[in-house]
Amino acid sequence: MGLRRLNLLLPVFFLLCMAGFTVGYAASEPGGKTTGVPVPVIPAGKGETCVEDIDFMRRNHMDLLKHQRDETVFNGVRTRRHSLKECVSCHVVAGPGNVPVSASSPKHFCRSCHDYAAVNVDCFQCHASRPETGALAELTDRDILSPAATAGTD
Amino acid sequence: MNRTTYSEIEGHSKSFYALAAVLALFVLCGFFCAYYMEHYGHYITGMSNQVVWGIPHVFAIFLIVAASGALNIASIGSVFGKRLYQPLGRFSGLLALALLVGGLVVLVLDLGRPDLLIVAMTHYNFSSVFAWNVFLYIGFMLVIAVYLWVQMERRMNRHVRAAARVAFIWRLVLTTGTGCIFGFIVAREAWHPLIMAPLFIAMSFAFGLAVYLLALLAACKGSNRDIGDVVVRRMGRLLAVQVTIVLGLTVIQHATNLLVSENVGVERFILLDGGNYTLLFWLGQVVTGSLVPMVLLFRLREPQDPNHTVSVASALVILGGFVQLYVLVIGGQAYPLNMFPGMEITSGFFDGVVAGYTPSLPEIGLALGGVALTGLIVLFGIKLLRFLPVSLANAAIDPHHVPHNGRV
Amino acid sequence: MIRKAAIEKHGTDPVFDPGRRNFLGSMAAAAGITLAPGVILYGIGKSSAASANAPTAAVTSDVRWGMLIDVNRCGEGCDDCVTACNTENGIRGHGRETTDAQWIRKLTISNPDNGTSKSLPVMCQHCADPPCVEVCPTGASFKRADGIVLVDKHSCIGCRYCMIACPYKARSFVHEALDNQKPHAPRGKGTVESCTMCVHRIDSDRQPACVEACSDTGGGAMLFGDLNNPASEISKRIAKFTTQQIRADLGLDPGVRYRNL
Repeated sequence: MGLRRLNLLLPVFFLLCMAGFTVGYAASEPGGKTTGVPVPVIPAGKGETCVEDIDFMRRNHMDLLKHQRDETVFNGVRTRRHSLKECVSCHVVAGPGNVPVSASSPKHFCRSCHDYAAVNVDCFQCHASRPETGALAELTDRDILSPAATAGTD
Repeated sequence: MNRTTYSEIEGHSKSFYALAAVLALFVLCGFFCAYYMEHYGHYITGMSNQVVWGIPHVFAIFLIVAASGALNIASIGSVFGKRLYQPLGRFSGLLALALLVGGLVVLVLDLGRPDLLIVAMTHYNFSSVFAWNVFLYIGFMLVIAVYLWVQMERRMNRHVRAAARVAFIWRLVLTTGTGCIFGFIVAREAWHPLIMAPLFIAMSFAFGLAVYLLALLAACKGSNRDIGDVVVRRMGRLLAVQVTIVLGLTVIQHATNLLVSENVGVERFILLDGGNYTLLFWLGQVVTGSLVPMVLLFRLREPQDPNHTVSVASALVILGGFVQLYVLVIGGQAYPLNMFPGMEITSGFFDGVVAGYTPSLPEIGLALGGVALTGLIVLFGIKLLRFLPVSLANAAIDPHHVPHNGRV
Repeated sequence: MIRKAAIEKHGTDPVFDPGRRNFLGSMAAAAGITLAPGVILYGIGKSSAASANAPTAAVTSDVRWGMLIDVNRCGEGCDDCVTACNTENGIRGHGRETTDAQWIRKLTISNPDNGTSKSLPVMCQHCADPPCVEVCPTGASFKRADGIVLVDKHSCIGCRYCMIACPYKARSFVHEALDNQKPHAPRGKGTVESCTMCVHRIDSDRQPACVEACSDTGGGAMLFGDLNNPASEISKRIAKFTTQQIRADLGLDPGVRYRNL
């Protein structure tokens, strides 16, 4: 008998979970007023402009990277404009001691937005998420922009 | 086509739920082990840059090989028209499906990047035997599904023979493909190309039938269904023949490899001085997995109740099967590559030495999880749908059966 | 402000599709100034094919990169090539010998008949007919047009079949999570890797790190070059001297050749 009741209860429980998930998801939409996730401070990169229009980059950076990635891996094309390596060295974010943070820090350029959008980025399982240590010496303080200094740029 | 009636098992008894709970626990444990392995990386397993495939692969290959073999019971009934086997066809299809799913889950969860599995489904390199096998596995599932459907849907019964033929050919190709995974590797001397395909086909017949027998006897006992000695005896004899064939091919496998002078070293390793591998080969594969079941099954005489003997023999064949694959897969990798024939090689990367392998708990957990998943699928399969005949008693499967003691 | 400038500059640029070639062409002038210093090394120890190595051009099969290793000049205790490889590609051990990656290793082979022994480096042999590429189910193992055998880690699922198939034990599986990788040598948990012949260096006309180290501080046993160009130093030496391939009997035609083996 008890088991029969369980058979009934399980789908109900499942539906409730689904409903809860949907409501929670809707609440976290950018338009939703009830959202508890703060809009991220996105650190700006070095230089005047990004390699493409910023709106375009926000929507399409992954396609650019993916295209470049295949060109590089299979054809040895190593142009800098759309390479992940260049993104990473231009968008360095200073951590403690003005050392660039890696993707393990939530302050990392890529993560600041990806955390907010809840999109998992697995590039940095393999790729370096900050410029090479040797290259750091070449960066001046001015090159490494701290988030505080760049907040509001856009 | 036949008058056999099938029914679901009741599936409300305490032992049913207990069994389901134990199996589910093992499945959960398997998934946890897989997660653990993926989280920390494979260094927590016994696998290494020397022995790159370990216990999960031994289990996965066993389950996949047994899957195609389990379908043979159905094939004997509907391709070769043996009426005795026809009531056994549905359960055979279910078991094949469950074994294949269990094996594939283990294989997939052991990957370095299981999260990239979608890549394996969308990018194929057609020169790779492995890629072909992905097709063969997916196709096999579809073929079994259709085969089961035409068996179980009365209006489709007339297509059983056609579906069975497709399934039979498909399973032969599938096992050939699995054998070729090893056979086409030029680098490893233990895996001789010509013998691998027939050996794997023979292994699939034996392992599949052994798993089938054990599962059928357990299912009938658990759901209080009659199972007559005629059918058990017949399948027991078939198993004995198939185990003999595997043993014969194993002899040919090693004998032919011995004829190739470069490969004498690896044969010496497996057959004479390979320590655990030699012990496992002779005691596990040859004696426990082949000779003992052969003696048990060939000596099975008429008045004796065959169920117990056949169960024991099947269990031994399964055990021997795991050992055989362990020796083949892991022993074949443990033996060093012969990069400079005739020379002694040393390096800081284990060149020229026999590689060690000790399976760790997570990989064993994952492997057992796959077996448990197979069990769980079969258990719920026979509870939800009519896979099992109501009775397999001698009179039920053959109306003309004359009881042994009732002289006419 | 920044956005506006970006639109003015690139707003109508098709950016990455068929227009890529045009875009790359227009970038070429700028690239000449801004590129890594390595580009200046044009022509050093290289064939005429080097000029095809501009960053915008796809590699072609006009070249086939290879190495010639003179075993007589390889020192028994020297592992400068190994150290250079590890430094260049950011390979660090984890104190676990059986699972730590090795892209290049020193091998000692001794003849049991007369007790003589030789020392040589072994890495991916960059076969013309690589078994790893043949067996890879997803096509992640591939051979570049210029003969370099690589793993595309974006499509490697970590099945390790290539490691089973390689007769040279040249490949390693990354058994743990890594950090602080080199920007030019991405490597990560769950994928298979091996010697890339320092493809990032080759693409900017530099020699592989091991070859460089061997000529700088080692015995100068390693020579890198274009096997397809009869005028290259490597081709000349292969034409002049007797050279060997490891496991030549398998017919894989490795790009790494040995002398005095």
